[in-house]
Amino acid sequence: MLKDQDRIFQNLYNDKGSDVVASQSRGDWVNTKEITDKGRDWIINEIKESQLRGRGGAGFPTGLKWSFAPKEVGSRPHYLVINGDESEPGTCKDRDILRFEPHKLIEGCLIASYAVQAHVCYIYIRGEYFVDGQKLQAAIDEAYDKKLLGKNAAGTGWDLDIYIHYGAGAYICGEETALLESLEGKKGQPRLKPPFPALIGLYGCPTIINNVETIAVVPTILRRGAKWFASLGREKNTGTKIFCISGNVNNPCNVEEEMSIPLKELIEVHAGGVIGGWDNLQAVIPGGSSMPLIPKDRCETLKMDFDACVEEKSGLGTAGIVVINKDQDIIKCMARIARFYKHESCGQCTPCREGSGWMWRMLERMAKGDATKDEVDMLGDVTTQIAGHTICAFGEGSSWPVQGLLRHFKKEIQDRNNLDPIVQKKNNIPYLVDQHLLDKKNA
Amino acid sequence: MLKLKVNDIDVEVEEGLTVLQACEKAGVEIPRFCYHEKLSIAGNCRMCLVEMEKSPKPIASCAMPAAEGMNIKTNTSLVEKARKGVMEFLLANHPLDCPVCDQGGECDLQDQSMFYGVDKSRFKENKRAVPEKNMGPLIKTQMTRCIHCTRCVRFATEVAGVPELGAIGRGEDMQITTYLEQSMQSELSANVVDLCPVGALTSKPYVFEARPWELKKTETIDVMDAIGSNIRVDTYDWEVKRVLPIINEDINEEWISDKTRYACDGLLHQRLDTPYIKYNGKFEKASWLEVYKIIKSKLENTSKEKVSGFVGDLTNMETAYIFKEFFDRTVETDNYESRSDNRYINTSKRENYLFNSTINGIEEADLILLLGTNPRYEATILNARIRKSYLNNNTKIVSLNDCGDLTYPYESLDGQTKTIKEIIEDAHILSKEIESAKKPMIIIGESLLRLENSKYLFDNLKDFLNKKNKFSDDWNPLNILSCDAATVGNFDLGVLNNKINLIEDLKSNKFEIVFLIGQDNLNFVKKNEFVIYQGSHGDKGAECADIILPGSAYTEQDGYYTNLEGKIQKAFKASYPPGDAKEDWQIINELAEFMNNRKLFNDKEELYSSMLNYLKLQSEKQTEHNNNNWNSDFNNENLKIEIKDYYFSNVVAKSSKTMIKCNNAKMNLKSTGTEG
Amino acid sequence: MSLRKPAKDQPESFEFNASSLEEANHIVAKYPKGKQQSAVMALLYIAQRQNNNWIPLAAMKYIAKFLDMPYIKVYEVATFYTMYNLSPVGKYFVQVCTTTPCMIRGANKLVEACKEKISENECELSSDKSCSWMEVECLGACVTAPMMQINDDYYEDLDKEKTSEILDKILNGETPKPGSYRGRINNEPENNRKTLTDLKNA
Ligand SMILES: Cc1cc2nc3c(=O)[nH]c(=O)nc-3n(C[C@H](O)[C@H](O)[C@H](O)COP(=O)(O)O)c2cc1C
Ligand code: SF4
Ligand code: FES
Repeated sequence: MLKDQDRIFQNLYNDKGSDVVASQSRGDWVNTKEITDKGRDWIINEIKESQLRGRGGAGFPTGLKWSFAPKEVGSRPHYLVINGDESEPGTCKDRDILRFEPHKLIEGCLIASYAVQAHVCYIYIRGEYFVDGQKLQAAIDEAYDKKLLGKNAAGTGWDLDIYIHYGAGAYICGEETALLESLEGKKGQPRLKPPFPALIGLYGCPTIINNVETIAVVPTILRRGAKWFASLGREKNTGTKIFCISGNVNNPCNVEEEMSIPLKELIEVHAGGVIGGWDNLQAVIPGGSSMPLIPKDRCETLKMDFDACVEEKSGLGTAGIVVINKDQDIIKCMARIARFYKHESCGQCTPCREGSGWMWRMLERMAKGDATKDEVDMLGDVTTQIAGHTICAFGEGSSWPVQGLLRHFKKEIQDRNNLDPIVQKKNNIPYLVDQHLLDKKNA
Repeated sequence: MLKLKVNDIDVEVEEGLTVLQACEKAGVEIPRFCYHEKLSIAGNCRMCLVEMEKSPKPIASCAMPAAEGMNIKTNTSLVEKARKGVMEFLLANHPLDCPVCDQGGECDLQDQSMFYGVDKSRFKENKRAVPEKNMGPLIKTQMTRCIHCTRCVRFATEVAGVPELGAIGRGEDMQITTYLEQSMQSELSANVVDLCPVGALTSKPYVFEARPWELKKTETIDVMDAIGSNIRVDTYDWEVKRVLPIINEDINEEWISDKTRYACDGLLHQRLDTPYIKYNGKFEKASWLEVYKIIKSKLENTSKEKVSGFVGDLTNMETAYIFKEFFDRTVETDNYESRSDNRYINTSKRENYLFNSTINGIEEADLILLLGTNPRYEATILNARIRKSYLNNNTKIVSLNDCGDLTYPYESLDGQTKTIKEIIEDAHILSKEIESAKKPMIIIGESLLRLENSKYLFDNLKDFLNKKNKFSDDWNPLNILSCDAATVGNFDLGVLNNKINLIEDLKSNKFEIVFLIGQDNLNFVKKNEFVIYQGSHGDKGAECADIILPGSAYTEQDGYYTNLEGKIQKAFKASYPPGDAKEDWQIINELAEFMNNRKLFNDKEELYSSMLNYLKLQSEKQTEHNNNNWNSDFNNENLKIEIKDYYFSNVVAKSSKTMIKCNNAKMNLKSTGTEG
Repeated sequence: MSLRKPAKDQPESFEFNASSLEEANHIVAKYPKGKQQSAVMALLYIAQRQNNNWIPLAAMKYIAKFLDMPYIKVYEVATFYTMYNLSPVGKYFVQVCTTTPCMIRGANKLVEACKEKISENECELSSDKSCSWMEVECLGACVTAPMMQINDDYYEDLDKEKTSEILDKILNGETPKPGSYRGRINNEPENNRKTLTDLKNA
């Protein structure tokens, strides 16, 4: 288990208070100027060497992302945007940073803004986190008071203003370009890429977008050194990570642990075990709802990091672990997730708009046993017609969980849905009648 | 130039093109719904997916910029699967009600589902039902058919400049609508009907009128304004069923105004279909012979200075020309005029009355100055170009008057002609701006030319631009914006009289015989004049007539029109005149024959060649400019822009029920205060 | 969820009151010049707060004018985001998360409680018109599932009984204390803390 002193978020449970004084006593803001004095290149390089990967879901190397910002500021200003939309079912880690470690985030914003040459930083917080946003705003106000923000912030010679922008109930706004649209006062519909935000982002200006957790760990990395961070976890999957363990466990919790920690250890040690015992485990969603589930047998040995999850045809995502035990109807669980995606589809592009509702309706019927045999394969077909064909990764996010279900629980679905299309409905139906007419009462 | 491969064929394309365009260059057709050349790229239908080397996922070709060395494949199983998949999704919630859909036969969805569709629907859920929307008198909605391509939204926002359409809600519940379901406040609104790739937005006036394959299609020219939009007129027997745009990149691109499209039902109403004679204040039907007889005896018994002729706003050039010939050769007077009010026109050079920078030129302009014109209502299509220029180049636009919403931002001045004087005299900031602009455009409207100072203003503006060296081989900054289809053609044919002021003489009742040909806009109080009216519709001109000669409308005879830029274009006969009505040139020719036993022209061919010859001669010689009616002094005047009622600007529009509905819808918005 | 429609009964007009106006101007100032449209989401919230927790059409129009943007764009935004209420909701607006992580920990029991205490149907005012409830998607508090939100506050670690108690309180006009209803500290593993232990005791 990770040693306590190696945990970045010492106030994860708010034992000590989140105000600026308490935060300073934990090391925040102590030598910010010394860090920035080492220069942009050093900072970006250090982050590259720490092998920090984005905590927002995609796991993109953060140092590399920062290096995409234009080296010189042209006529268009640069922006830093922090993604605090946190709407992925199973995930609730950013909320704790916003409310209990706001100064880690604010200091991270200052350093990152300096590194990518932004003078304005917007923090996009999901609208439901209004109270937590207010806590962050209080911390920002404190920081202004202490001259840690504003002109010559924290004595670094860099000017920075931070503003909070609230979302209003749209999961899709977590997708970075949808988030930018939303920030510009529009519907959160993802943009076409290219161009990428690093060159043409907010208001058409170069913009770097990072998750709350990604930015909040930056100051500590720079203080303790890239080597320290890289020494945790394993190659390309370094550092610590806040895991959210929810679902059928005895003690659901958020916990910061070392990357690559065994899933079983997280569940058994930190979360107090599966309700009904390990053998009662059915499946685990390892990284928020959009990641395919992993059945029990694979959970025994799974290490929780980006690459190991990919090997299991799933992903670490946001590290929102949803534990599902055998008391649950797995098809229903997935149908509910499909309903989530149907509800959250922005409606912009065809496969996602039409496909997400279709998948949900089929799964609902499958949960009830109202589907025919051939539909099980068709559902798989529909998922492949969505994934990879949409404007943003929501297409994958909505179809992967269904694909995971089909991959590991196809037999369960087939057992429940063994209707034969024609025979079951009525006997003397001429074979010409189109199947969907049969569903109507008086066809 | 970029080199890339499409299905292993090497292609070279210019930079800035998309993969879709590159594929087209390579002769590979890419299916699409949301992509439209004239609109911004949305990339939302996903129909145009193609395979790109090194990309694990197929890419949307309409949105991907072509790049050096790309290797594109459009014929692989990956691409086929992707397209089939998208097609299936599009059809999943689509009602498949083609038999009762007005788009049937010209529906992109129907066509493409033939290629990519599966024959049997696998979608067994209930289909989405979407309530209909009210989008005003022109657009009928059937929103269950909508495939959410957002072409209509982009058109309204980008081209029409009235951001009133939007997609509300989200996900599968997303719906296209106008704000609070009001009609769209645009004179270009019905273009969304053409843009909608499916039958979601169809033409309300044309609902269930006919199937496309039953119609005779004639490509011709529009006469609702002086633009000369290229149109296709679809007829079913005599009736004009609908008017559609034809692409002409130099003129209307692929849009037409709502008036161009929907005034056509005016061709069915108020028509003059037989000659009439007025006895004791009442019109009675007559034969052609009778009316010719009366006209002959009237003309023979009146001294020729007392005879005058006025040509109207929709008259084609053949008619105007033969009318002029009739006056010159048969009546032997040049008392003819095509203007309906006192309007300064300097005929010494053709360019003095043309829109010289051209419509395409608007996109190159870097400064546009509007003097006495509201292009939105006077030349809707041209106004859309100004908007395009503004959008693409952020062109600065200044108007002497505040004209309300022109669909783009502009600076407005005080409406006083002394401000123009200041500009001319280098005493205004605009003087400098015009001087430093590379391609300035000054657009003069007819309202300015009606001023007492118009000669002063026009001549001096021209001098000013000359002094600043703004005229060059490839740029003429001075533009007259004519409002009517016949205006420039008439000027070219010399159907105007600058020696005497015919309009004043008419008003003071100096004439004994007044021959109106399609002219319904004269403001004069009739006393003892004998009025002959020749035209297609029973309107103002016919009301005051003593004799009515039923002529043809623009869709019922071949005829040339010269647009405001000076481009001569031929309108083709799509239908035939009603009842006993005849083609206009023929009436004059017969009348001349009746009077002198000699036709003016043996046939229409001869008329054409004579007219074209005349135009050629005119263009070669510089006419002496004789304009006694205008003084050159300056007194400050308050310039007011007079525009005819937009939806009733000519006899066809005035007779159109659809135009009445449009007008009512507009009034309604005004009265409920929900406008704008 | 089908498309949310604006309420039938709409007030004639809407205007920001003095404090809303001040707040609105403060928010517009957060964004660069000419980009005031960015403030539309925040302004819709302000209007919602000022107008008993729902946004009338007149307010959308007012905001469009305020920010110099087309009405339809405001309307699009207001119908896209689910947190804007387009028709009246209760003074206490209860939102129960029923997405999978909450569902598998018994969110349906919370829904039952709402049905019993507030009203049989979603988005329907209670008999005393003070409350309404609806099912929502993941509220981002999965570790303390099942949970619900009442106005701005989160009520976590619930079960049917505790939910009923909370609902009784709000029906009584009281505002119950937000947070965990099992008394655990934030998102720590209840009674099973293995980390940051020294700090806890320090
Ligand atoms: C549908 C969708 C939803 C997303 N939601 C979030 C989110 O809520 N929070 C987040 O930080 N990233 C989210 N992301 C990922 C972001 O697009 C982006 O990758 C991330 O903010 C980048 O930050 P990082 O590099 O620090 O991870 C989402 C992506 C998709 C496709
Ligand atoms: S109404 Fe027609 S043009 Fe508009 S989005 Fe729907 S399908 Fe496209
Ligand atoms: S044509 Fe390319 S996505 Fe629609």
